[in-house]
Amino acid sequence: MHLDHAVTYPHRHTHSAAPRRADGSRRALRIGLGGPVGSGKTATVAALCRALRAEYSMAVVTNDIYTREDAEFLLREAVLPPERIAAVETGACPHTAIRDDISANLEAVEELEDAFREQAPLDLVLVESGGDNLTATFSRGLVDAQIFVIDVAGGDDIPRKGGPGVTTADLLVVNKTDLAPYVGSDLDRMARDAAEQRAGLPVVFQSLREEDGVHTVARWVRERIAAWVAA
Amino acid sequence: MSRAALLVLADGRFPAGGHAHSGGAEAAVRAGRIHDAASLEAFCRGRLHTAGLVAAGLAAAAALGLDSVELDAAADARTPSPALRAAARRLGRQLLRAARATWPAPELEALAAAFPRGAHQPVVLGVTARAAGLQPLDAAHVAAYESVGGPATATVRLLGLDPFEASGVLARLAPVLDAVAEEAAAAALAARRDGPTALPAASSPLLDISAEAHASWPVRLFAS
Ligand SMILES: Nc1nc2c(ncn2[C@@H]2O[C@H](COP(=O)(O)OP(=O)(O)OP(=O)(O)O)[C@@H](O)[C@H]2O)c(=O)[nH]1
Ligand SMILES: [Mg+2]
Repeated sequence: MHLDHAVTYPHRHTHSAAPRRADGSRRALRIGLGGPVGSGKTATVAALCRALRAEYSMAVVTNDIYTREDAEFLLREAVLPPERIAAVETGACPHTAIRDDISANLEAVEELEDAFREQAPLDLVLVESGGDNLTATFSRGLVDAQIFVIDVAGGDDIPRKGGPGVTTADLLVVNKTDLAPYVGSDLDRMARDAAEQRAGLPVVFQSLREEDGVHTVARWVRERIAAWVAA
Repeated sequence: MSRAALLVLADGRFPAGGHAHSGGAEAAVRAGRIHDAASLEAFCRGRLHTAGLVAAGLAAAAALGLDSVELDAAADARTPSPALRAAARRLGRQLLRAARATWPAPELEALAAAFPRGAHQPVVLGVTARAAGLQPLDAAHVAAYESVGGPATATVRLLGLDPFEASGVLARLAPVLDAVAEEAAAAALAARRDGPTALPAASSPLLDISAEAHASWPVRLFAS
């Protein structure tokens, strides 16, 4: 009867984290967007698609908690053609699907990559997490960089509270600055607290209600893609 | 054989996608068929003797080294619901990804090459068990346990059921689960002699029907 193997079979990057595929081509840069419910993740994804789709071949994976609303919003807004948007179901646990068991998200990312491999290989895949709590971060096996999106209406003490999302994300976005006067949020205090928590990692304040409100985040993404391609 | 490898494979935290599936529990909760620990136990008992036994037989046969293409066809024949077939292949693909990274082995590479769209999860589970140095009976145990562990965890999330009660349900089912696994392993031996028709083919029409309905819900927490 078959038991242990005589020789150890070589380990492969079956989780597809390796930047280059077996044929030497470079896979797309994968950027995760996480953050609390309603902070503006989907709005940021939509704005990024509009800002970047003429420059790059892009796709989006959404992780709705219990509906297909994020995917449907992106479809309705026609920010990308439908074949460039995929939805993953998360069994009531959005953080599990982006951190502890990333298999379904990797499937979705790879299916998108494969689908465009011939015609226009993807440069960028955005993975939006379902809205979760301040501890929900992406696995490094799933994304190359992550953006954590909070908003001013969720309370201006969130940067001070910290947590893995706020402190370790490659980019912290404080969204909905247009609402600050109405909810009494102190943006200077948020900026100070965020700087203190993040040891030099970048923070962007944005309002998507403004014309081209996503431009700073879009520039950050462009820089990441440039660095990815140059590496 | 390594008992520890069995623990790794059976661990609910093994990253193979199971957490997003309720094994029919979400539909049963909505229909009112699962509403407390006792009804969860009844649901799990039914599932164990039907879907669980079938999965365990396939897993044991695959762990025994029977032809995976034949076993996959046998799994299709035992899975009338298109939604459940799709879920089983998707989960098979996810398990294979985790297995290839965890227990690299030529059998797993061959399986991936033979089934680019994924093989049924119990077949992949059996080949994985084999690659991990486990026995057919071990594979059967994992399949049988997954058939009830998934619904139990999902019910804790869906109903807010006391997690200690859910664990109690699983513990009470343990002797039956052992018996199902042994029956499955014996059937796998018979299948080596007589072909896959010797494998269990118990069916649960209500699970199939409600899986089809569930797949069409616009709002749901679990993928199946
Ligand atoms: N005022 C204002 N509203 C915004 C801004 N960005 C997003 N919104 C609104 O905030 C609401 C939630 O935005 P979404 O983008 O759906 O938030 P999300 O983080 O994707 O939400 P979940 O996926 O449910 O967690 C929507 O009504 C948006 O239109 C902003 O900069 N200012
Ligand atoms: Mg969203």
